[in-house]
Amino acid sequence: MNAYWKRAFPIYFMILPGLLFFIIFKYIPMIGISIAFIDYSPFKGITGSEWVGLHYFRRLFAEGDFLVLLKNTLLLNLLDVLFFFPAPILVALLLNEVRVKRFKTVVQTILYAPNFISWVVIVGITILLFATGSGGVNQILEHWGLGPIELMTDPQYFRWVWLLQNIWQGAGWGAIIFLAALSAIDPTLYEASMMDGANRWRQVWHITLPGLRNVIVIMFILRFGHIMDLGFEHIFLLQNPLNQDVSEVFETFIYKTGLIQGDYSYSTAVGLFKSVIGLMMVWFVNRLAKRMGQEGVF
Amino acid sequence: MRHEKGLDRLFTILVYSMLLLASALAIFPLFYVLSVSFSTEFEYLTRGFFVIPKQFTLDGYMYLLAHPGFTSAFRNAVIISAVGTLLNIVLTSLMAYGLSKRWLKFRDSLNFMVFFTLLFSGGMIPTYLVVRSLHLLDSFWAIWLSTAIAPFNVIVMRSFFQSMPSEIDESARIDGSGEWRLFLSIIVPLSKPVIATFTLFYLVTNWNTYFSAILYLNDADLMPLQVFLRQMLVEDDPTISNASNVMYKYTPAAKMAAIILTALPLLVIFPFLQKHFNKGVMLGSVKG
Repeated sequence: MNAYWKRAFPIYFMILPGLLFFIIFKYIPMIGISIAFIDYSPFKGITGSEWVGLHYFRRLFAEGDFLVLLKNTLLLNLLDVLFFFPAPILVALLLNEVRVKRFKTVVQTILYAPNFISWVVIVGITILLFATGSGGVNQILEHWGLGPIELMTDPQYFRWVWLLQNIWQGAGWGAIIFLAALSAIDPTLYEASMMDGANRWRQVWHITLPGLRNVIVIMFILRFGHIMDLGFEHIFLLQNPLNQDVSEVFETFIYKTGLIQGDYSYSTAVGLFKSVIGLMMVWFVNRLAKRMGQEGVF
Repeated sequence: MRHEKGLDRLFTILVYSMLLLASALAIFPLFYVLSVSFSTEFEYLTRGFFVIPKQFTLDGYMYLLAHPGFTSAFRNAVIISAVGTLLNIVLTSLMAYGLSKRWLKFRDSLNFMVFFTLLFSGGMIPTYLVVRSLHLLDSFWAIWLSTAIAPFNVIVMRSFFQSMPSEIDESARIDGSGEWRLFLSIIVPLSKPVIATFTLFYLVTNWNTYFSAILYLNDADLMPLQVFLRQMLVEDDPTISNASNVMYKYTPAAKMAAIILTALPLLVIFPFLQKHFNKGVMLGSVKG
């Protein structure tokens, strides 16, 4: 055994359990995608089932499920990009301007805390606050003659509830990455701009925001890579028979057709469609970023 | 502090008031839940919003602690989180450390193999079929193994290990220490803040796990806390669940107490580790 292998063997050994995990739980399922092209039956297995080509993809487009899923997914994404994406940046910009260290630490702790709270708890708290009749918010609204608001069951509120819960949970935590980027900005830039008579508004515009540009682009690319996943848990927990028309997205649809109805092949086909669109989006946005002179993710 | 001019003064006032407002909005729902958990149903139904309950009671908590469904779900959540997090952190740090060795052959391919899973995945059903064919359904192993490593965490941790000075490596080798010895007695102690941060992240994921549980566990005895909580909160709301009986099974205080007992463990731990986040999270995650 030569010197390299003597040194490398223990290292490969350290990697091995992780490698097995990736092969078994990440790469074998990728091979398993092939069941989207066969009429998969659990009894016959992959090799014994009949090849049906693009049958399930045609079914997806033909049955009209596709348009509803796409519309709901894109609308939620649009709201998310417009309102949720800028929220952590705003929080970071605000925290960056705080000069009282103790205040900053306390506010950070408070704003990070919701990140540790599960969707089940968040949805549960919302239900309790807005319960018709007994919920605190609706009691007050009714007292003022404004209520009650059927927040959880009226479909017109679904998207906004989803968005606001996202902001409540993630805006503070998401700021960490931007704060990190802000701490890397050269403080002499601020000093120089002060000499030139710039006020604090101008400093934010001309120094702080440009300093964040790279991170914002990277976060945006990563965001677009997930344009097809909105987070199964959150939407699933908010979903009920009354808001189904606006809340059904690819992920919940896959779960229901696949696991509840046992239609494995169809549901895998929908999943593959979703993954491919996601992959194309990352590739496309990454290229765009590089063309605009940014670094990109890969 | 120098006297600020008009515009700068406005700026400062705006910054502080917006942050105060945001903090109030972040913390208020939790305060409300806490106070209702100590209240009686009568007070909740009649008083609307309140911060301090007039009739303080522990009934909600007593009810839960005597409820076999809740105690079993809590125990399951503890087991899932303890074993799961240990497995997560050991496998992730070993792999990340191994992949940080620049001289390692096949390193680029292995790194790409990890990275690619962030871009593309087999999806829910093929993963479910793998777990099923391994006969892991209805056992905690389904959750432990199928979520053993979060790829993104490997990448961030690897960047951290890479940023350590290579002299550590060399001097240890000159002293005759093997790779395991180097990792366990030098690298791990030096990486405590990072390991602590990621342990917390994994702990949060495990404690809050809901999706894997409804996917892989059907046996009611294995139900973890989040699944139990959903039954208690969402399915107990007749307007949402279409339940035929319009009676609530659980009192508001019991529901709020369950929320507190579910959320509190993590909320208590996290401030102690907070100082590491800023460093731990930024390392390498800006440029994966």
